[in-house]
Amino acid sequence: MTWYAFYGALEQGFVYGLLVLGVYLTFRVLDFPDLTVDGSLPLGAAVSSVAITAGINPYLSLLMAMGAGFLAGMVTGILNTKFKILHLLASILTMIALYSINIRIMGKPNLTLLGTDTVLDSVSNLGLPPHMSAPLLFACFCAVAVVALVWFLHTELGLTLLATGDNAQMITAQGVNTHTVIIFGVGLSNALAALSGALVAQNQGAADVNMGVGTIVAGLASVIVGETLFGCRSVARAMIAAILGSVAYRLAIALALGLKLGSFSFTPSDLNLITAILVIAALVSPQLKSRFRK
Amino acid sequence: MKRIILSLVVTMLCLVPVMASAAGKVISVSQFVEHPALDAVLKGTQDYFRDNKLDVTFNVHNAQANMATTVQIAAQIMGEQPDLVIAIATPSAQACAQKIHGTPILATAVTDHVGAGLVKSMEHPGGNVSGTSDMLPVARQLDLIREFHPGIKTLGVIYNSGEANSVTLVKLLKAACDAAGIKLEEATVLNSAGIYQAAKSLVGRAEAIFLPTDNTVISALESVVKVCRQNKLPLYAADNDSVERGTIAALAFDYYKLGYQTGAMAKRILFDGADVSTMPVESLQELSLHVNLKAAEAMGVTVPESVLSRAEKVIK
Repeated sequence: MTWYAFYGALEQGFVYGLLVLGVYLTFRVLDFPDLTVDGSLPLGAAVSSVAITAGINPYLSLLMAMGAGFLAGMVTGILNTKFKILHLLASILTMIALYSINIRIMGKPNLTLLGTDTVLDSVSNLGLPPHMSAPLLFACFCAVAVVALVWFLHTELGLTLLATGDNAQMITAQGVNTHTVIIFGVGLSNALAALSGALVAQNQGAADVNMGVGTIVAGLASVIVGETLFGCRSVARAMIAAILGSVAYRLAIALALGLKLGSFSFTPSDLNLITAILVIAALVSPQLKSRFRK
Repeated sequence: MKRIILSLVVTMLCLVPVMASAAGKVISVSQFVEHPALDAVLKGTQDYFRDNKLDVTFNVHNAQANMATTVQIAAQIMGEQPDLVIAIATPSAQACAQKIHGTPILATAVTDHVGAGLVKSMEHPGGNVSGTSDMLPVARQLDLIREFHPGIKTLGVIYNSGEANSVTLVKLLKAACDAAGIKLEEATVLNSAGIYQAAKSLVGRAEAIFLPTDNTVISALESVVKVCRQNKLPLYAADNDSVERGTIAALAFDYYKLGYQTGAMAKRILFDGADVSTMPVESLQELSLHVNLKAAEAMGVTVPESVLSRAEKVIK
């Protein structure tokens, strides 16, 4: 692997790290498997790129993207809590609706950002080469998100959120309305996914309606790889592990892309298989290790 | 814990590919997905260099239709420090254009280079990106359909509204239809599962159906053919493979030739010192006409003699 490929993997790991934080919130904290992210990631990209092409400040466009993502998550939450639709189905419904909405927002399936100002321009002035400044910027976003989330989860609402995922019945018995908590939690998760999507679009030069396909798979793989490799004893540690898991997942892909073993060479179509094997290896290794100890 | 990380790092270091110091030129390729048309483009490009006996090494990467991977491939390519980059299909081209500066990039199998933000204009790209366009000559394709159906009033089209290239093509087709006084009936699909229903929805609404080079629709072409055979609804396509699979006719260009032409552009940059920023985006003008007589019969259409006489290939 070259340094460029290494920094490229860091950059992708951190920029999708925000999404992984969102997936961690729903999947682990709320115990709510949420497929909305496949739609809210491109939603964030769509809102942000439409805003930027309309002349709005790229940083401001991130806030708008987060707002849109929050609303999308709320829809899933409301469908689930108020209308008693199973969480998986509720999130799939929102996801497919977002496909059409995203094309509406952009006016076409692919909106280019090549040649426009993005948040990456603000770090390019630091004097670092672009392949280093992008991962640095996205790592900062992740750090801010983790600090904000840790703070939030220690507030009263945050503690209720944690408790709702653990034992909803107990929380209801305490007189707390779990519906509001779930709607807010899923909204927050999708706000992070949309922020991630907005940054992804600014980083890769275009928003595309199909960019969300498979987002949840990458998100879940990152959360699980992170837990396995880096532990999850406290909330803060679990969140840092989730982001590092995202980086590890992208490193696995970078590795698969550059893999050449002597005279045997892999074909490009092997990429998915190699990535899956590398992720499985990360998942299995701790079990093997504990078996060796016995 | 530490041992796991250490072993991971060691594994990675062991796998660092040793960059071969080739005497010839190095071309890195970023292809979006494995797909017959896109594979043909790559083959055409590689064959151009083989046929002309030029010493070129290809590093081929394929994103397997994953946009996040296109960006990682761009990073991979920067590490390879090639003399030229070839990006196949729009998402790969956009990722390369965003990340790779200073190295010439040829974006191919892209329909609208300007709309995708890759070049300032087709004639004067202005940056480090140029390439070849697979923009279909929809007006000439419409002319072919009118040759089959002289007084046609309504034409149906099926496409995925999420594919940027298809949306561009349908917009052009609509303009051509408006000019010819034909009403365009659109049926959009989200995925290949909806195509059968979309085809059925056009029965009675359209006198004939035209399919652009839409990845989603063409991958499930057989369901459209079935509906058209059952309802004697003539079906035309924009690519020649589809004629073999059951459409009446297509006036199409060859993706292999598009790749070959891209190879020629790459050669001018690598060996003749041409400047990519002043090379106009090229497109293929040479079209080939394929006709399927069996399909025509099944859909109740007589193939005009004028069409038959100039067809490059007739399937009986």
